[in-house]
Amino acid sequence: MKDENPVIDPERRAFVGLAVGIGAALVAPGVILHQVAAAPRAEPVSGAVRWGLLIDTTKCVDGCSACVEACGRENGLDLQGRGETGSSDKWERQKAAWVRKVKLQDNQTGRIVNLPMMCQHCEHPPCVDVCPTGASFKRADGIVMVDRHLCIGCRYCMMACPYKARSFIHGEQSGQLTRAPRGKGCVESCDLCVQRRDQGEDSTACVDACVTAGHEAIVFGDLQDPASPIRQMLKELPNRQIREDLALNTGVRYAGV
Amino acid sequence: MKRIVYREWRIPSTRYWGILGILAAVAGLGVLAFGYMEHHGHWITGMTNSVVWGVPHVFAVFLILAASGALNLASIGTVFHKSVYKPLGRLSGLLAVALLVGGLLVLVMDLGRPERLIVAITHHNFSSIFAWNILLYTGFIVIVIAYLWSMADRQGAPFIQPIGILALVWRLALTSATGAIFGFLVARQAYDAAILAPMFVVMSFAYGLAVFMLALLFAFHDEGRPLGPRILRRLSNLLGLFVAGVLYFTLIYHLTKLYGAKHDGLENWLLFNGGLQTFLFWVGWVLVGGLVPLGIIHHPDLGRDRNWIAAACALVILGGLATLYVVIIGSQVYPLQMFPGQTILESGFFDGVNGQAASYLPTIPEILLGLGGVAVALIVTVVGVRVLQFLPESLADEAIALDGEDMDQTALKSV
Repeated sequence: MKDENPVIDPERRAFVGLAVGIGAALVAPGVILHQVAAAPRAEPVSGAVRWGLLIDTTKCVDGCSACVEACGRENGLDLQGRGETGSSDKWERQKAAWVRKVKLQDNQTGRIVNLPMMCQHCEHPPCVDVCPTGASFKRADGIVMVDRHLCIGCRYCMMACPYKARSFIHGEQSGQLTRAPRGKGCVESCDLCVQRRDQGEDSTACVDACVTAGHEAIVFGDLQDPASPIRQMLKELPNRQIREDLALNTGVRYAGV
Repeated sequence: MKRIVYREWRIPSTRYWGILGILAAVAGLGVLAFGYMEHHGHWITGMTNSVVWGVPHVFAVFLILAASGALNLASIGTVFHKSVYKPLGRLSGLLAVALLVGGLLVLVMDLGRPERLIVAITHHNFSSIFAWNILLYTGFIVIVIAYLWSMADRQGAPFIQPIGILALVWRLALTSATGAIFGFLVARQAYDAAILAPMFVVMSFAYGLAVFMLALLFAFHDEGRPLGPRILRRLSNLLGLFVAGVLYFTLIYHLTKLYGAKHDGLENWLLFNGGLQTFLFWVGWVLVGGLVPLGIIHHPDLGRDRNWIAAACALVILGGLATLYVVIIGSQVYPLQMFPGQTILESGFFDGVNGQAASYLPTIPEILLGLGGVAVALIVTVVGVRVLQFLPESLADEAIALDGEDMDQTALKSV
């Protein structure tokens, strides 16, 4: 007996097959590409690394601000509007700054030292302790940063930070970078170029700029990896933490101060 | 046995509405200031990345301290059985809630993102004193409302003692935690001192009582209710004790900071070279808020004159605001000591170049926001005493019970 089903229309069958084929051809690359692009971000941040910086102040040059400018470009700080503040002096004290150059003189010897100051990415960050909502947090890889969706703008973290590392966004923002969005009324600070971490890159904007400027005063790396260059240098160069007395175990270390 | 009769505040209605109108205008200006700050952002204030808490915090912390201090009168009456204070319990509770509401409003309206208050309510980081305070402040309002109910309602009378004890413990925790907001900050030289917690408790005793006494004097005088010298004497003696307590804690705080070389720079700056801060410390904190009111209260003639007593209360309040200005803003303008033994010659972010303090000049919206909070606290109080029976009919010497005099439960009820 022949099994013929007159209801089945071969043309329709072909059409459905073609549609599925075209559909799969359209969607599949998207899915695959998306997975490829998301690969570094798809993995949870691991506590197996601890990111940090070593700053060799003997190589930090007076008058150079390459790191500050590079940080501004990378994180959109150079896009901050002047606001409508009355005086430019007040605006200077109100605009966000993630890294700053500081020039010090020893009271006893008169020795002068230049260094960049930024968030010190403490192991026990006071800003995280005091944040009422948990917006100020430390990632498993040691980066201390602010969740801008949870920050209510109470500024308690700024009161608690021993390094004056945090900035409050005092006005409306426009023309932002998607990699570093910021909003009026929230607090922010250096996040060790976290967008680069999530893309698997191996340095920060300030480190790159310092290398380009020919100084190589800042080294970025994994403080936990005994083989990493930063660990090797920490072993060789006498270095210390700023405000060591607070025992915060900072992720940013300074040599030559 | 003396019976306490409570009555609504029956001043002429034109005067009542006049007072409310003025307070509503001040509160309205506060709301406008909030809208202005919220719309533009904090750049319109004097606050910067160096001075992150400004005048609104001075007002907010003052109101919060005064709130818990105002509740003392109720505690002395119900928890410590001082009968002479019992008629003051209801006003004490009302002022406590009103001042706290005013203070919290200022605090919330000064947030960078006030619309995210819901985040603060739903996300708690329990290592933060702020997170604890959110619970302590809201709990305080609930407990004091229950306390007022137990004082005013026949059914609540059996609970007055347990609620009173809970309220006392809670208010001590609240004020200690308010002091700990600052005291637990290891970063700043002026903070990092456990003494700030008990110091804030004593400050709250003084400020709360001063506000209470002014409210009582004004309300009784305006309506012509009798206010005898006996109770006034008791209250002003108590105020003197609290003011002396604040001075004592101030002395110990500075001696502690002075003893080690570590804080020499801070003390030298604050006590001698701090400009406005030095002025506010000596003239505001010590003289106006401390020695002058003490002198008035213990003066043989002035101490008996109720106008002078009112003046002493006003001075304690003004001195309190100066104190909190120094505590909150003085500690921020003094540069963070990151590099001991070194002088900062240049800095891209105002780190106290050559030891210079940061500048801070409050703007009008900040001050209006703070005053708005005061106005809201007073509106709640004025409406409260007007529509409900908060004020005793008489505090004349013969109307108040002597301490230890046993009072019948029914005597606590209003008629």
